[in-house]
Amino acid sequence: MSLLELRKLNKHFGGLHVTNSVDLTLQTGEIHCLIGPNGAGKSTLFRLILGEHHPGSGDILFAGENITALKSFARIHRGLSVKFQVPGVFKGLSVRQNLEIALQSRQRGAELNAEIARLLAFLGLESEQAQIAGNLSHGQKQWLEIGMAVSLKPRLLLLDEPTAGMSPEETHMTGEMVQRLNADGMTVLAIEHDMAFVRQVAHRVTVLHLGQVFAQGSIDEIVADERVAAIYLGQAHA
Amino acid sequence: MNGFLSLFRRLEGPQTVGRGPAFWGLFALVLAVALAYPLFSDGYTVGNTVYFFVWVFIALSLCLIWGYGGSLSFGQTAFFGIAGYGYGILTINFGSAYGFTLVALVAAVAIAALFAVLLGYFMFFGRIAGVFLGIVTLAVTLMLERFMAQTAGPEWHIGAARLNGFNGMSAMPPLTIPWPGEPIVLFADVGLYYLVLGLLVFVYLALRILMNSSFGNIIVAIRENPERAEMLGYDIRKYQLITFVIGAALAGLSGVLYTVWGQYITPSSMGMTAAALPLIWVAVGGRSDLTSTVIGTLVVLAAFQALTIYGSQYALVFMGVLLVLTVLIAPNGLVLGVMNWLGRLASRLTQRAG
Repeated sequence: MSLLELRKLNKHFGGLHVTNSVDLTLQTGEIHCLIGPNGAGKSTLFRLILGEHHPGSGDILFAGENITALKSFARIHRGLSVKFQVPGVFKGLSVRQNLEIALQSRQRGAELNAEIARLLAFLGLESEQAQIAGNLSHGQKQWLEIGMAVSLKPRLLLLDEPTAGMSPEETHMTGEMVQRLNADGMTVLAIEHDMAFVRQVAHRVTVLHLGQVFAQGSIDEIVADERVAAIYLGQAHA
Repeated sequence: MNGFLSLFRRLEGPQTVGRGPAFWGLFALVLAVALAYPLFSDGYTVGNTVYFFVWVFIALSLCLIWGYGGSLSFGQTAFFGIAGYGYGILTINFGSAYGFTLVALVAAVAIAALFAVLLGYFMFFGRIAGVFLGIVTLAVTLMLERFMAQTAGPEWHIGAARLNGFNGMSAMPPLTIPWPGEPIVLFADVGLYYLVLGLLVFVYLALRILMNSSFGNIIVAIRENPERAEMLGYDIRKYQLITFVIGAALAGLSGVLYTVWGQYITPSSMGMTAAALPLIWVAVGGRSDLTSTVIGTLVVLAAFQALTIYGSQYALVFMGVLLVLTVLIAPNGLVLGVMNWLGRLASRLTQRAG
C-alpha cells in the first residue's frame, strides 16, 4: 500500500524549474533514500511535502488523502514529521525541554516524564538532559532533533541529511536508529549523500537530477547504473 | 483542587529565574516592605511610586512579546494610548457613579486587546516577522500619535469628551469604588498605590504561571526556532497572536492606570520617545525574564527621573548610552546577568557546604 504519493509535482522559482513533474510513490514500511547532486531539488521536494512551499501544479497524497492545500502544522497532525538539514533544535533550551515541547500536546504528567526518559535512552542522551541544546555536539544535535521528530510517532519520517557532519561511527549508529524505528513500523524518506548510510538502510533509492526523477531501484541497481555514475557518483568520486 | 495546586507549582520553572525558599522568602520580604512603605512616607512620594509601578505593566507586555515570544513590538504604546483615551472617553461621558470607572478600566483594556486582535491577525497570519514586525507596530503607534495630535478643533469629540489634539484629554474622574455611605475615590496616593501594587503582584505571578506552562513552552520554542515549532504540529500564528493580545492588554492596563494616575493622556504618550523607552527598560533589565524586567524597569525609571530633575535634557542621552552599554556588555540584560551570577554563586556555595 502506498503511504505517500507525489503526482506530477511542479515548482518554479522564477525561471528555475526546481521540481519538474515529479512522480514518486512511497510504500508503507519502506526506507526510501533520495539522492542526487547539489541543486537536484531534494530539499525543495521535502519542503513541498511539508507544505513550506506550494507546488505550481500537481498533487500530494498522504495515506490516500490529498494534502496539497493543507498548512504545515495540519500535515504534521496527519502523521508527517521531519528532521531538517541544519539541526533545528531549540538552542537556548535544555535537552529535556526540547523533548517536552515535542511531546506535551500528546502526554502529560508521569506519562510525559516516562516518554522523555524512554526517548533520552533511545538517543543515548540521558546524561545530557539538563544541558542547553546549543552546547551539544553536532551529532548529538542531529540525534536530539531526530528524537523530537520521532516523538510525534509519525507514520512517515522525513530525514534531510541525518548524518551530515557525523563521524563514520556516528553515521552507523544513526543508521541503526533508523532501522529500529522502521522495525517499529515507521516509513522513512531520507535525503542523504553518505553512500555507506544509504547502503546500510535503504530498501529503495530514487535519484533526483535537475528536478526530475532520474533513476529508481535498489542501491546495487543504482550503483551499477552508468548514467547515474556519470551525473552523480562520477562527480562524487572525481 | 489538584489543578489548582499544579498552578502553584508552575510559579517556578525553566522560563523564570528564581526558585526555592530563598527566592520566595526574598519575594515575601520585598512585598512586606512594599505593603508597609506608605505608612512611613508622604502622599507625594507614594504617588510618585505609583507612577513607576504603572509603567511596569507595559514593560512586562514587551517582556512577554519580545523577550519570551521573540517578536519585537515597537508599538506597545499604541495600546497604551488607545486604552488611556478609551478610559477618558468612557468616564467623561458616563461619569463615575455606580462603580462605572472600574467598568471603564476593564472596557478600555478590552478595546486595546480587540485592536491587537485585528492588527495581530494581519501581521501574524500574513507571516510578518522579524524587523518588519517592529516597523509595522512602530508605524501604527506613530500614526495614532499624528492622528490624535490634529484633533484640536471642537469638531473632534466623542459625546461630551473633546479629544483636544496635542494638549490631550484631561479631567477624567479617578477610579472610584462604590461603597455604602460614601464611595472610595482612589486618588494618586495611598489608595491607588495599593490597587496598583495588588495588580502588579497578580500580573507578575500570573505571567510566571503562564510562562512555565505548556503554553509558555511553545512561546519560547517559537522564539528559538519557529519552523521547528510549526513542524512539531503547532499553529504558531495562533500562539503568536494570543501572546500579542495578552501583551496589548497589559500595555493597555498601563495606559488606563497612567490616565487614572495623572487624570490626563496626551498624543505624545504614543510618540517616538514613549515607544522607545520601554524597549530600553526591558533590554537593560533582561527581556527574557519577568523578574529582571520588573527590577530593571523600576531601577531605570528611578534613575531617569533623578537625572531629569538634576540633569534635565541629558537624561535621554543617558538612556541611549545605557542601551548601547547593555548591548555591548550584557546583551541579555544587566539585571538578568547579575541574577544569574548570584544563582551560580549560591549553587557553588551550597555545593561546597554539601
